[in-house]
Amino acid sequence: MTDTSISPDSAAAVAADDGPLVEDFIALLKPRVMSLVVFTGLAGLVLAPGHLHPVLACVALLCIAVGAGASGAINMWYDRDIDAGMARTRNRPIPGGRMEPGAALGFGVTLSVGSVAVMGLAVNWTAAALLALTIGFYVFVYTMWLKRRTPQNIVIGGAAGAFPPMIGWAAVTGDVSLMPGLLFAIIFLWTPPHFWALSLYKAGEYAAVNVPMLPVVAGRDATRRQIVLYSLILVPVTIVPWPLGHAGAVYGAAAVVLGAGFLYGAFRVWRERSDRAAKGLFAYSILYLFLLFALLMVDALTVGLWGAA
Amino acid sequence: MAAPGKTDRDDRNGRERRLRQRNLAMLAVLGGLAVLFYVITIVKMGGGN
Repeated sequence: MTDTSISPDSAAAVAADDGPLVEDFIALLKPRVMSLVVFTGLAGLVLAPGHLHPVLACVALLCIAVGAGASGAINMWYDRDIDAGMARTRNRPIPGGRMEPGAALGFGVTLSVGSVAVMGLAVNWTAAALLALTIGFYVFVYTMWLKRRTPQNIVIGGAAGAFPPMIGWAAVTGDVSLMPGLLFAIIFLWTPPHFWALSLYKAGEYAAVNVPMLPVVAGRDATRRQIVLYSLILVPVTIVPWPLGHAGAVYGAAAVVLGAGFLYGAFRVWRERSDRAAKGLFAYSILYLFLLFALLMVDALTVGLWGAA
Repeated sequence: MAAPGKTDRDDRNGRERRLRQRNLAMLAVLGGLAVLFYVITIVKMGGGN
């Protein structure tokens, strides 16, 4: 399988008699993306007021994880032509020739329907509806509509990644309010600088497969400016839970310090114009989001323990 | 170069191993779902929400 001109579909046909491995089905679920989605979903569950039976909380998290994985599988089915042309993705199960596209689609659709149905039956239908919206948004709005058409693809498409804490919150309360909206806004505003930092040093690969990422369409300097602008909006929004009383001073102080680090990284990308600075911001952005949500959870759990004492 | 008979046998063994692996994974998933639905039912019947 050294012929790089082979199409994803014909590659899959070659593999039809061998069949995919279990690992290939797991790879379809994009486990690394899933881990961040599960973590932010957990944050929604922990931060929401009220009580959810621990078993049902685990079921809600499982549904969020499976739903996210399912949308990843459908994304890999639809984007198999793009994946075949990029070094980072050409060994995925379909372009790697280990799985037929139809199998990936069937797998993704089955898991999507299953995760929404179990969420509705076991937890509540508000959370199930939000999960269905998330999957639908990622598949139809981001993957099929925006990704190949506009450099704003990840700005609008980022909403799909921002829903999990809202789903977690809705699993506990049965509704959505200001705080899950804030959690949504944090991830929504975090997504563009995070992905554009990546696309700055992967621009060549995106251009080769005609995906109109911002550095490809508007240029690297424009992308760097947009990273700084979004970062300037993001950092104040991350601090808002503190003055609104949804988080304590420890979180507020940490959000200021972590935000200063994010802004430093963004301005460094703008000033230095190097791949090194972009890689640094990309790596820091993952740690940043993880720490923010971890701190929010610690804050909520600490307040809960104090309240119970 | 390996004898054709041996290669065919190796291929068949490889396919059977993959099939067995997939069947075991399917068994684990179905078993897991049965346990999951059982636990959810018990929690719901106990008034858990």
